[in-house]
Amino acid sequence: MSKRTIVPIGPYHALQEEPEFFKLHVEGETVVHLDIELGYNHRGIEKLSESKDFEETIFLVERICGICSTSHPLACVQAVEDAGNIHVPERALFIRSAVGELERIHSHLLWLGLAGHFIGFNTIWMWAWRFREEVLNILELISGNRNHYGMMKPGGVRRDINKTDIPAVRGLLEKLQDPLKLFRDTVIEDPLIHARTKGIGILSREMAVAYGALGPTARASGVAIDARRDHPNAAYEMLDFDVVTCENGDVFDKTVVRILEMFESIRIIEQCLTKLETVKGPVDSNPKCVAPGEGVGVYEAPRGEVFHYIRSDGSNRPVRHKVRAPSFMNVPTNRETVLGGTVADATIILAAVDPCYCCTERMAVAIDSHGGDELWGARDLIRLSCEKTDRLMKETGWRGPQPPENIFANR
Amino acid sequence: MGIENIITKISEGLGDSLLSLKQKSDKRVYIDIPPQAVRETSRLMLETMAARFQIATGVDTREGIEVMYHWALDADDLIVTIRTMVSHEKPELDSIALFCVAAEWIEREMWELLGIHFRDHPDMRHLLLSDDWPEGKYPLRHDYQRSDEVTP
Repeated sequence: MSKRTIVPIGPYHALQEEPEFFKLHVEGETVVHLDIELGYNHRGIEKLSESKDFEETIFLVERICGICSTSHPLACVQAVEDAGNIHVPERALFIRSAVGELERIHSHLLWLGLAGHFIGFNTIWMWAWRFREEVLNILELISGNRNHYGMMKPGGVRRDINKTDIPAVRGLLEKLQDPLKLFRDTVIEDPLIHARTKGIGILSREMAVAYGALGPTARASGVAIDARRDHPNAAYEMLDFDVVTCENGDVFDKTVVRILEMFESIRIIEQCLTKLETVKGPVDSNPKCVAPGEGVGVYEAPRGEVFHYIRSDGSNRPVRHKVRAPSFMNVPTNRETVLGGTVADATIILAAVDPCYCCTERMAVAIDSHGGDELWGARDLIRLSCEKTDRLMKETGWRGPQPPENIFANR
Repeated sequence: MGIENIITKISEGLGDSLLSLKQKSDKRVYIDIPPQAVRETSRLMLETMAARFQIATGVDTREGIEVMYHWALDADDLIVTIRTMVSHEKPELDSIALFCVAAEWIEREMWELLGIHFRDHPDMRHLLLSDDWPEGKYPLRHDYQRSDEVTP
């Protein structure tokens, strides 16, 4: 019988530059159990929120996460609006959807880059982050900020999108098409990426449902849930888009879902811009108070459904504010997906749900080893993962994708 | 299925356990149940209604600690909140994590932040707070004092 070793990953600087602690129980090279520990990043946002007024709460939840910095506020304002039956002007709805989708593209590109880095494809990492800049430029144009846009408020949005800015936004979106197609072709066709991600970290449909998995993690396993379609909010009822799903639930399918979703996001943004050219009116209904009551707001963040619950007693502060980020449901699925895999693959599997610990706020992974208590850090895991890709490169002779000649022209 | 049908089906399934039902809008329904009915109600929602467990929320109120289970019926654009109240003296509930693995973490969270004890929870230990957090100090209770905190 082989000896079981615990490989601790974390608590600091593991995989995703955020504090979490995975205890990977391994026998030899095989992961047999995962224990997850959270709490290194717990900031007591829910408690803090009870001391802020409704306007300040939105700024507070915007700072839960630097990447989903519009998803939390959007779900939060919708909870406040549901509690107080506050009307939102139509024009504001389109702006909300447009900003939400821009955030989705930049978040998926960020993940794609990190995923490329973890499997030793630093080229993908650099390309993805380079083109993510374009998206941040659009967001800067619209909101004045590259991140933390400060756009959402109960009753509408803080800033209108100027008619004169729309052609510029369209131009920047147009420029994004080619790089996204490049990523689609690179990832979907590349034999090495297939070798590293296909059949790895499979989350079955049944397990996705049992764990209440959300977003791309669920959709890659064939569970077609999307809060934009199932619980229509912002302007999504008036927009045409597809919910992208795959069947296998492995790392490859999670990647495919995210890449294809970016194309849907561009479609949505273009529709929003067209609507913004014709739909007139205010972008804010200026609610003066929030009536006593309770409300639930959901929004499909890049990682899945964000859930906010607000209770108001008629004062200017929430009595209770519950926040549930998608990673809170997605991270436990790692207990299923890493089992039976190797330590080298654990790196990408643990990253495949696109975990966000500042949102979720502890984890552990187990590996089967021939003895000795080895302590590995994130760097070792990334090194192991990169070595596997190098080995595959030598075996197959494939050197990875090459960019088309004109992709960096005029930039 | 239609919201009317859903409400009828839930009401029939709950029987005497249904204390009150409030339809806030055509997308939100709030149902009150006694604490002893939590497990059977959750089974009803999960298995009969095929609802998705979104999350649970605990609120400290004057009357007791309120616990809400939010269930999403995605095909019908409906969120059903099942609500129950436990006393401050004996804040105990049956765990639903045995058959609903999605609820495992949130029950751990509600235990450490609000002090609700979940009977038969498979893995009850701290989730967010540190392992040496003083016993009986619950940050989301209204009687919590900052002086209760451990200074490192």
